[in-house]
Amino acid sequence: MKSNKEKSSRRNFLKTGVTLAGGVFAATLIKPFNGVVIAAEEPKGPGPWYGIGIDIEKCIGCGTCAASCKQENPVPPEPFYFRTWVEQYTVKTDGSVKVESPNGGIGGFKQTVPDEEIFKAFFVPKMCNHCYKSPCTQVCPVGATFETPDGVNLVDKSYCIGCGYCIQACPYGCRYMHPTEHVVDKCTLCYHRIKEGLLPVCFEVCPTKSKIFGDLRDPDGELVAFIKNHTCRFLKPHLNTGPKLYYNALEEEVR
Amino acid sequence: MEHHFQRLYEVLSQVEGYIYPNEIELYWSVLIVQYPFITGLVAGAFILASLERVFNVKVLRPTYHLALLTALAFLIVAVMPLVSHLGKPFRAFEIMMTPNLNSAMAIFGFVYLWYLTVVLLLEIWFDYRRDMILWLDQARGFKRFMYQILTLGSRDISPKALRFDDKAGYIITVIGIPSAFLLHGYVGFIFGSIKANPWWSSVLMPVIFLFSAMVSGIALVLFIYMVVSRIRKVTTDINALDIIGKFLFYILIMDFSLEALDQIHRIYEAEESFDILHLLVNGKLFFSMFVFQIFLGTLVPLLTLGFMQFYKPAVKVRKTIYFIISLLVLFGIFYMRWNVVIGGQLFSKSFYGFTIYKGQLIGAEGYLMAWFWFVIPFAILAFLLWLLPPWKRHPEPEKEPDKKLTQDTAS
Repeated sequence: MKSNKEKSSRRNFLKTGVTLAGGVFAATLIKPFNGVVIAAEEPKGPGPWYGIGIDIEKCIGCGTCAASCKQENPVPPEPFYFRTWVEQYTVKTDGSVKVESPNGGIGGFKQTVPDEEIFKAFFVPKMCNHCYKSPCTQVCPVGATFETPDGVNLVDKSYCIGCGYCIQACPYGCRYMHPTEHVVDKCTLCYHRIKEGLLPVCFEVCPTKSKIFGDLRDPDGELVAFIKNHTCRFLKPHLNTGPKLYYNALEEEVR
Repeated sequence: MEHHFQRLYEVLSQVEGYIYPNEIELYWSVLIVQYPFITGLVAGAFILASLERVFNVKVLRPTYHLALLTALAFLIVAVMPLVSHLGKPFRAFEIMMTPNLNSAMAIFGFVYLWYLTVVLLLEIWFDYRRDMILWLDQARGFKRFMYQILTLGSRDISPKALRFDDKAGYIITVIGIPSAFLLHGYVGFIFGSIKANPWWSSVLMPVIFLFSAMVSGIALVLFIYMVVSRIRKVTTDINALDIIGKFLFYILIMDFSLEALDQIHRIYEAEESFDILHLLVNGKLFFSMFVFQIFLGTLVPLLTLGFMQFYKPAVKVRKTIYFIISLLVLFGIFYMRWNVVIGGQLFSKSFYGFTIYKGQLIGAEGYLMAWFWFVIPFAILAFLLWLLPPWKRHPEPEKEPDKKLTQDTAS
């Protein structure tokens, strides 16, 4: 009788133990999914957190940024692959919008709309927004796309499997499959340069200084001053991707 | 490479409006259309099989094992279009080794393996264990060798063991139904969770994928059952066909309603992306969507099956109708996947223009490759039917434990 009781209490003990252990194990499995719910937030800790400012009012559409990017980085010369490019927006008097970016703006633009039909026209340089809640990082199945602690979105090319899911997930069209490397390529904010204290090359060559690179955590920095002194907007804010590219004078036609 | 660039230059010359320069190349090709199509066939075929097993629809007995083997044959291949589409196919295993658990795609490997090993292989093994042991004695050569391996050394065909087989098979099917839902609902989630793409981003996507999966899987089993019977020169069981047709009809109604709801919702809300999607549907997707998917693949089968719920033509006519309908439905669901995968990449995320999909015939992502991955499952199925013919299973001694089991469960 007693031994039976002992047996049953031992069985109960084992049962409870296994249930608890299983529960804890299941809970650890659930934990990583918090990432999905909360998305990402600004990493804590010291050091810079890089961002970008672009002053559309200053851009003259020379396309030097896009050309220099292809020289500095291993971007194929064909007009289907860009880490940065310039778009020309022409709002016509009838309200329609014409957007062009021949060869990403390399070599400049020609206005094809007759003067009398133009309501307004402007250039918009595009590049990776280095979002801090970036959908591309979220969807990468192997974690080859990642955000550095200083706020730059990079691809580990030795790890990327080339599934292209991040290309689909980026709302800004900033990624492409490299035709010879067969992995995804994108703007690195010239990480090799900024780590040496240099500017990213497209910022360096801009003749009108319409691109401002800086540390969002530096209250006295050029970037924070730019954001403070201008009415800045993000691209596609409704998607909540946490972009760190601030545009001054961004018109509603720009997508 | 030159050829690749030349093709892209051709595409570039046919771009309409403005698209981001990186969007000229369409990265997810016809192979990625195959992936949800084939996975859907698996999930659908399994759900049809489970009707017989769990919901006790005895009329479907002739198609039960056929459906299971069909599901297995297609599941083995399901992952191949994906892997061969990767830029670095040899790194595919990284999805399993170091998954990023925030990624919807990373879970695929686990869902797939779970479904393959825990659900399908185990279920089929328990179903065929006794038969394989019995066949082992009669078979010679390669077949015998295969049975020796597949029985995994088990030789016990006592009534007790058989009862266990049956119970295990039942439990696995019960687990298998939500797993099949998971497998394909999850494929829908891969697309539905991409907020950057308004054509994909829909909470209904997993549900629509699930129902279209059931529709296509049922149609496939219907088709295979009729073809296999023709090859074996036996007559098909019209009662089974009628019941399958009935299920196909009901699920088609749900599938069509869900898709209609999705579209009506989009049209009524008419968000920012509405104009470009409107142009997409009425332009580049007109044939593949309105003609292939909706008219031929949905409305014609739906109306015919609906009509046949009230008026039943002669058996021979009915069989012909079922055969044509199964093909039409498969065709329609393929184009449904096409419209999702290819359609979602034809318009620019700037909403200002379109690119085109210029498929190749030859090459790693060509149409021939896509056909190859669609034909291979049939070859695998032929092999499975040769190895595990459902029509040669041993019925007589089975009756006894079967009876006992029913008595057991009754008491």
